This record gives sequence, C-alpha cells and structure tokens, in this order.
Amino acid sequence: MKIHEAEARELLSRFGLPVPDGATATTPAAARAAAERLFAAGATQVVIKAQVLVGGRGKAGGVKLAASAAEAESVAAAILALTIKDLPVRRVLIAPAAEITREIYLSALIDRASRGILVMASAAGGMEIEEVAAKDPTAIVREMAHPQAGLLPFQARRLGLHIGLRGELLRQFAAIATGLVRIAREADADLVEVNPLAVVPAPEIPGGERLVCLDAKVTLDDSALDRHPDFSAWRDEESEDPIDREAREMGISYIRLDGSIGCMVNGAGLAMTTLDLVTRAGGTPANFLDIGGGARADKVAAAMRIILADAGVKAILVNIFGGITRGDEVAKGLIEARAQQERVVPMVVRIVGTNATEAATLLKAAAFETATSLDEAAEKAVALAAGGAK
Amino acid sequence: MSILVGPETRLVVQGLTGREGGFHAAQMVAYGTKIVAGVTPGRGGERALDESVPVYDTVSDAVRETGANTSCIFVPAAGAADAIAEAAEAGVKTIFCITEGIPVHDMVRALASVREYGARLIGPNCPGATSPGANGRGTKVGIIPASIHLPGDVGVVSRSGTLTYEAVQSMTDAGIGQSTCLGIGGDPIIGTTFRDALELFATDTATRAIVLIGEIGGAAEEEAAAWAAANLSHLPRVAFIAGRAAPEGRRMGHAGAIVSGASGRAIDKIAALEAAGFKVAGSPTELPRLLIEAGYSPR
Repeated sequence: MKIHEAEARELLSRFGLPVPDGATATTPAAARAAAERLFAAGATQVVIKAQVLVGGRGKAGGVKLAASAAEAESVAAAILALTIKDLPVRRVLIAPAAEITREIYLSALIDRASRGILVMASAAGGMEIEEVAAKDPTAIVREMAHPQAGLLPFQARRLGLHIGLRGELLRQFAAIATGLVRIAREADADLVEVNPLAVVPAPEIPGGERLVCLDAKVTLDDSALDRHPDFSAWRDEESEDPIDREAREMGISYIRLDGSIGCMVNGAGLAMTTLDLVTRAGGTPANFLDIGGGARADKVAAAMRIILADAGVKAILVNIFGGITRGDEVAKGLIEARAQQERVVPMVVRIVGTNATEAATLLKAAAFETATSLDEAAEKAVALAAGGAK
Repeated sequence: MSILVGPETRLVVQGLTGREGGFHAAQMVAYGTKIVAGVTPGRGGERALDESVPVYDTVSDAVRETGANTSCIFVPAAGAADAIAEAAEAGVKTIFCITEGIPVHDMVRALASVREYGARLIGPNCPGATSPGANGRGTKVGIIPASIHLPGDVGVVSRSGTLTYEAVQSMTDAGIGQSTCLGIGGDPIIGTTFRDALELFATDTATRAIVLIGEIGGAAEEEAAAWAAANLSHLPRVAFIAGRAAPEGRRMGHAGAIVSGASGRAIDKIAALEAAGFKVAGSPTELPRLLIEAGYSPR
C-alpha cells in the first residue's frame, strides 16, 4: 500500500526523524489558515504540494511556493483543481519552504536479488534514483542491513562518508539512515525513501547545518497491514477506484488495461500467460485478473462483476487450471454470475485440472462456449471479441 | 533419481491438523509420500490422517521421534516465518513453505535462520515439488496435483503455481516425463532461486533436460541464464516467460529493478535466456516441441 507524503512524514516523525513542520488541507481556506500559522512561526515562504500517489507532481504543476497566506490560498485553490495523471488532487500539504544547501538521496527497501534490506544513498539527491542509476551507477552507494539487527552504525557512517559527509552532518546522517531501516522493519515497509534529504542552514547548532527529510515516499507491505491496525486510516480510499476496492476486498488481484477481452484466471503466472496468448492471437486484454487459489462460486461471481464493470469488454475468457481451485465451483459461479449479469457479453470457458469433468457437465448443460487448450481458448476469445464465430 | 524430494523423504507437515494441511497431506500420502509426523503446537500426542500419523508439539520432537528430514509448512501467514525458523533450528534440512501472504520482513529474518542452521528453504508461496515414480505414484511435497505428472527425466523449475501445472500437463500429454517439478514461489524473498534449482538439477544424473518457467520482475531468470550458459551446456534447455503483454508489476516500484541491475521486462529475460542457449516458447504448449528441437529425446 502506497501512502501519501503527508502520512509518510508522520511515520518518519513518529520514529524521531527530522521532518519540517507542516499541515494538510482539503480546501483553500484551510490551506490559508495553515500558511498563516507557518508564517507566524517564522516561515518566510511556504511550499504547497499536491498529495497524489504518482510521481512527477512538480512537472504537473502540483508543487508551488507562496510568499503570503493569501497567495497560499490561491495557489492551493489552483492545485486542488488539478488532475495529475488521472488522479484528482483532493488534498495539499503546506510546509515552510526550506533554504536548501545540498540535496541527498537515501532509501531503505526490500531487495529481491540480495534477499534482504538494502540501503542506498547518493549525493545526487532531488533527482529520481532511476535517472541517477542510468546516468552514473557509481553515484549510488549501498549497504545491506543485518537481517536481525538492522543497519549497524558503522554501515550508516560508511554510506555517509562515501557521499562526502563529515562531522556533525555525518552523525545526523547515520542516525537518519539507521532510522529508515528501523521504520522499514517495525512498520513493515517495502520501501522508505527520503528524497531529498536536505542540508539546510542551522546557525543555532555546532557546524551550522542540519539534515531534514523534505520529501518521503513509503510503501507498506500489504501482507503485514493486519498487525498495524492504525495504518488502515492511511489508505486513500477516495482515490481508489470503486472497482479496484471491490477486487481488493474480495481478495482478487485486478489490474485494468485498455483492451476488449476480459480475462478471469487462477494464479498470477497463468493470468499473465493468458494475456500474452490473447495478445499473440491478435486480441487486446481488458484486464489482468487472478481469482487466487481455492476460489469459490461467490468469488467467481464477484470477478465477473468486476470484469463487466469495464464497458470496453467485448468478450470474456475464463481460464482455470484446477489445483486447490475446484473446476465445478468455478462453473457454478459462472452460471450464477451469468444469471445475474445485466450486460450480455460472449464468453469462452476453459476449465482443466481438479473436477474438470464435473465442470464440463455443468457448463454443457448451461450452454457455455468451452475450449480445451489454452491457445484455442485465446483464439476463440479473440474471434468472439471481433464479433466473429459464436 | 530426482532432486529435493524422493523415496528418501521423511516428511513432517507443520499445520497438519489444519484444513489445508490435512487435505493436502492426504493427497501426498495417496501419491506415495512418506509422512512421518505432524506438528501443531498444543496438540502433541494426537494422531492425524485417520490415526496414521503422530502429531507433535514441536518440530524438534518430531525430528527426534521420527527422523523427519523434510518439512512442509501450511501454517497461516502470521506464524509461517516462525515455523520456518523452528524447522531449521530443529535440524530439518529441506523446508517447503506453501503459505502465501507472509510479511516480507518476517521472511528476511526467517531466511537468516535458515542460513544459520545450514538448511534449504523452498518458497514461501510456492506449490512445492513432485518427483514422479512408477505406477502413478512417487513423492510429492506440497500442492501440485498428482494427476499431471509422468515419470521421466526432464527437470522443471518455475516461479508460478498454475502455470507450472499447465506446462507439466502439456509435457505429460506429449509423453515427456519429469524427474522433478519444482515450484520456487513468486514472493520477493524466497529461499531457493532459479539458479539454486539449476545447480541441483546439474548434479542429478536422472535429469537430462531442463524446463524453466519464469515471469516478469526481478532478475532471477537472468542470473540463472548466466549460470546455465557456463555450467549446463550439456543439457537441452527450454524456457517460457510469462508477462510479455503485462503491464509493469504493481507490487514493487522501480527501485527494486534498478538495484538488481535489470529491467524486469520479459523481452530482456527472453534475450538473456536465448543467449544462454535456452529455446524460449511463445506458449507453454510449445514446450514439448522445443525440448525435442533442443536435442532432447524421451527414453
């Protein structure tokens, strides 16, 4: 689950990391009030940032400065009227604008290849890390956290030294780096990224500079949300498509695509393969949909509703290889779903494996179009979507 | 011969008294797997599977009393990583974890225990492994349907569940049997990688060809391809990669792929595999034909 910058900042401050003051607002008036408070606390400028779960906010006009509370109100009004990459902006973050001396990149994430928690730092902060990796991979330094103990202090210092930090800043950096790993482990995050981690003037402390986490990106592990009940409030249900929500609540993995052939499959690998074969047969898949293992009739019916909610669907391909999932359960679900569905769309069904014979009997009695092989099923679905053979 | 599971397997099922554990354990026994023990904390002393298998409170007890050398875990996600660590600590050398949805940080810690005790973990979120034997029997650990198998000499390794069944079924239909079919699981953190599996198959004299079934995401297929190019040139090898037409995965952002130094895209995996001498199928149904084209002949 991705969370917004505002909540990511809150998570960071819960763990004692330096995050600048700030507040969120859903109306221009509330943005003005927040700005007034920040100006009264000594800010000379404020930054207003769209809270949307996509990258590239800045380029889309979703991040702007304001020098007065009145300006903050009008800027917030403009940003709240934006739609960035199909996502309407419903909330903004208002924070004091920082006087940045230097920008650093720092992240802790689950790394498949090394099978552990990887910490990455780069002196080239403020840029997307992908861009840094493409331009100059040597600009990124890495450490693997200890699987039981987290990032050890010497590892954190080594990262800081490699990106050119010394003295007081190095000490602060090490604390932040170990903190990111602690957050990843204790909050069950797949990714905790601070970019930029900014060096800002701080005349009040020795060395005269300090580090602050100016922007943060956090992805929480969906499999661990149960043990963090307080995080459920951070799910952005407003921005979540109602169909996506139904899928999530039913335990169905669904990704909408642009094509015309709706797909219902059990297993992620087989679901991807089904999309591949539809594409190879000259069709376009309307979605990726994995009903998961052991799906019962009600889940199949829900999957059918989800697929049909997409008006672009012209034909449906059901591909089930029974293992834990029983073919007759799926067949019953399909028959039930067809009886309820409001829109009639041609369908081809392939069910093999556990209880396939029982499934075939049920489907035959209900006059479903069926297929034996995967390739044949894909070809039939493509023909049906094109309005061909029925 | 075979890898990981075979006649020498003495299996302890962790979570045997649960619904999933009980159901699949019965299927394993019906296929010929030797289940010597079950473990359910707090229910030691009971018997399961029609009174045929003793249940213990701990894996240590099960190992001491029955000589179990392999474990299969059906424990719910919240306790599964602990079950893995318990099995490793008890001296079980081959641990299969079927459970899906284990928090990823739990797996980081569990994998450290597995390494500490010198065990091998397969999975989690994997279908297990089957080594087919004569007369429709053999050894299966996990949930792969027994009916799809034919004994033979092709080693199959896959990241996926149902896609593996699809591929194996097409081989069986074509009269091509398997030495061992292994599902390594699709989670971000898994115990046994494609490369590890290929290393095992390379030492198995009964395996005379390799089928690798990968997916988009990560760099495990590329890593396996590089190893195979240097070490498996004597075996015919074919592959299938799911996800040519799929959108970019949602679970992990770009950072994961960048770190691995790979794009995670199907096209790059296919190129790496072809460069390593694999014939890559456009559909799982093409695998049997490609095996023959790669120089494999069924015995």
